[in-house]
Amino acid sequence: MAKVTMAQALNTALRDALGEDERVLVFGEDVGALGGVFRITDGLTRDFGEERCFDTPLAEAGIVGLAVGMAMGGFRPVVEMQFDAFAYPAFEQIASHVAKTRNRTRGRIGLPMVIRIPYAGGIGGVEHHCDSSEAYYAHTPGLKVVTPATAEDAYWLLRDAIADPDPVVFLEPKKLYWSREEAALETRGAPPFGRAAVRRAGRDATLVAYGPSVPVALAAAEAAAEEGIELEVVDLRTLVPFDDGTVVESVRRTGRCVVVQEAQGFAGVGAEIAARVQERCFHSLAAPVLRVTGFDIPYPPPKLEHAHLPGVDRILDAVDRLQFTDEPDTLHLPKGVAA
Amino acid sequence: MSVKSLRQTVQGLLPSLTPVRFVAEDGAPVAGPPAGYTEPPVGTLREAYRRMVLGRRFDTQATALTKQGRLAVYPSSRGQEACQVGAVLALRPDDWLFPTYRDSVALVTRGIDPVEVLTLLRGDWHCGYDPAATRVAPQCTPLATQVLHATGMAESLRRKGADGVAMALIGDGATSEGDFHEALNFAAVFRAPVVFFVQNNQYAISVPLARQTAAPALAYKGIGHGVRSEQVDGNDAVAVLAVLASAVAHARAGHGPVLVEAHTYRMDAHTNADDATRYRRDEEVERWRAADPVERLETYLRSRGALTDADTAALREEAEELAAALRAGMNADSVLDPLELFDHVYAEPTPQLREQRDRLAAELAAATQAQED
Repeated sequence: MAKVTMAQALNTALRDALGEDERVLVFGEDVGALGGVFRITDGLTRDFGEERCFDTPLAEAGIVGLAVGMAMGGFRPVVEMQFDAFAYPAFEQIASHVAKTRNRTRGRIGLPMVIRIPYAGGIGGVEHHCDSSEAYYAHTPGLKVVTPATAEDAYWLLRDAIADPDPVVFLEPKKLYWSREEAALETRGAPPFGRAAVRRAGRDATLVAYGPSVPVALAAAEAAAEEGIELEVVDLRTLVPFDDGTVVESVRRTGRCVVVQEAQGFAGVGAEIAARVQERCFHSLAAPVLRVTGFDIPYPPPKLEHAHLPGVDRILDAVDRLQFTDEPDTLHLPKGVAA
Repeated sequence: MSVKSLRQTVQGLLPSLTPVRFVAEDGAPVAGPPAGYTEPPVGTLREAYRRMVLGRRFDTQATALTKQGRLAVYPSSRGQEACQVGAVLALRPDDWLFPTYRDSVALVTRGIDPVEVLTLLRGDWHCGYDPAATRVAPQCTPLATQVLHATGMAESLRRKGADGVAMALIGDGATSEGDFHEALNFAAVFRAPVVFFVQNNQYAISVPLARQTAAPALAYKGIGHGVRSEQVDGNDAVAVLAVLASAVAHARAGHGPVLVEAHTYRMDAHTNADDATRYRRDEEVERWRAADPVERLETYLRSRGALTDADTAALREEAEELAAALRAGMNADSVLDPLELFDHVYAEPTPQLREQRDRLAAELAAATQAQED
């Protein structure tokens, strides 16, 4: 098995999809000669020609709207939004058309297309370059929402997304683009699309994470193990469809759960997960389901992002509050209220 | 580029100074037909007249159905029949049409069952007709978004080596939307075979054109994007047919997109739920009544001996049959299955949607049981 970066794995996935299916097209801003600002489309125009991978005018609604028409016309567009926050001009196209066309045509016209979005922080990016925008998409029926945490998953989930009959928002954690790891890109070891993966087994509590939070959760589990606490780490891989089964099985076994997300917490994907877990695992839970998230603030500047992003310590603090002892958790009680 | 060729390029993109017109408001041919355009054959004009009469009857019937509560809402096409019929007659069956919610007459002209055309407006959750079979996209409710889809479809047709064309229908208000401009720009850059057909009916609900744009005409929005443009009298069916035939031929030949603005008028309110007296005067409406597209074409065809009393009598009968069939279709209660709401969100419902479908099925069964008990 070769060591590859997530960026290389994504590039290979696009390459293999272009090679295998002539309906696949790659387009967006700077994806041609430049190979994308993150080089994910590096060399695709050179190797597959302008007809298969091409630059568009700088207009995100235009890119997604064009992709809708081309998917209707029989192609399988894979478009790149340059950064998370730069995808917002396309939101009407995504929410009103990409997500709804199959439904409003009573299943007669599906839109097999992929919207790739580099997202989330941790790279010292300036404003509008580090948003965690997954909740907007996950909240929109008709979209599938994917976020890989490993290079191997990046490859296979992108291949799955391109082959999917439905539109997929493919969120790429940009801080993981350059992490290098062993990855099987030739034969599939990755779980099927729609299934979560247990990245580390543990008996004391379950950490549910996705995308950029998975390595942080794994580091926290490593640290906890040194103190004798065994944390299980579940990597969701796809937010939609959501794999209730894997999460529920794990939490019923461990009896404790912390959801970790980089995005701001209020009304986020983590809130949905926490609610689903308590609805399904109530009688197995020894403690409330906790969330470890970013704060409810606009994404901070590079020099302050360390204060915002959930790190190992914030996760371990939450684990400490999972009532392993008889001490009640007083953290969220209003002042003056006795525990 | 030399000054001479630059001037030629600019001239080639600009619209005529005044709207192209073949037939005056009184139905008489204008003196000196417009340069560069050919009058359509009389057979085409007769067919256009037939479709416009049928479209007008469909429109009045649909409005009547709103008053009887058989239709939730209806945005009328009255006054815009020359545009909507002209658009469809300019296309081949294998071309694609991307209509708005106001373009019901275009859909009826395309041959879609009038009852299916009104599926969404009578309160269903889907567009009714089969967009793939009819090559008519679902009527678009958001403004200008479908113009990009038309551009994408046109680009698909071009890439497949087919000589098909896509036409996007759009109103005057929607030319202020960003998606309209992005579509023109993309289409020009890719030389996509798409025709953007603006029905400028003077009002975006209540807001008049002067509040929408300071451009001399909406057709001038083309040149900034490098899109060839034209303007036409939208109540002169002969001119609409001639200009659209030329635009479609231009796109089909691989010369790139064309923007056509038709100057017309929305004779009725925005929808049956709107009150047009709050924002426009009766005198203005009366002035446009004199420019009625259906009467104008009738007068012109009669003056050419191409339409007889027997023709119009037969056509009236055909129109009444259409209206009767529409009434019958709309008076039959449509059956909506609530459980189908889960079926087409994705190609295969997610486990969560299956769960929710089952929950709703149980709720409905319990309600039925309670009724029976």
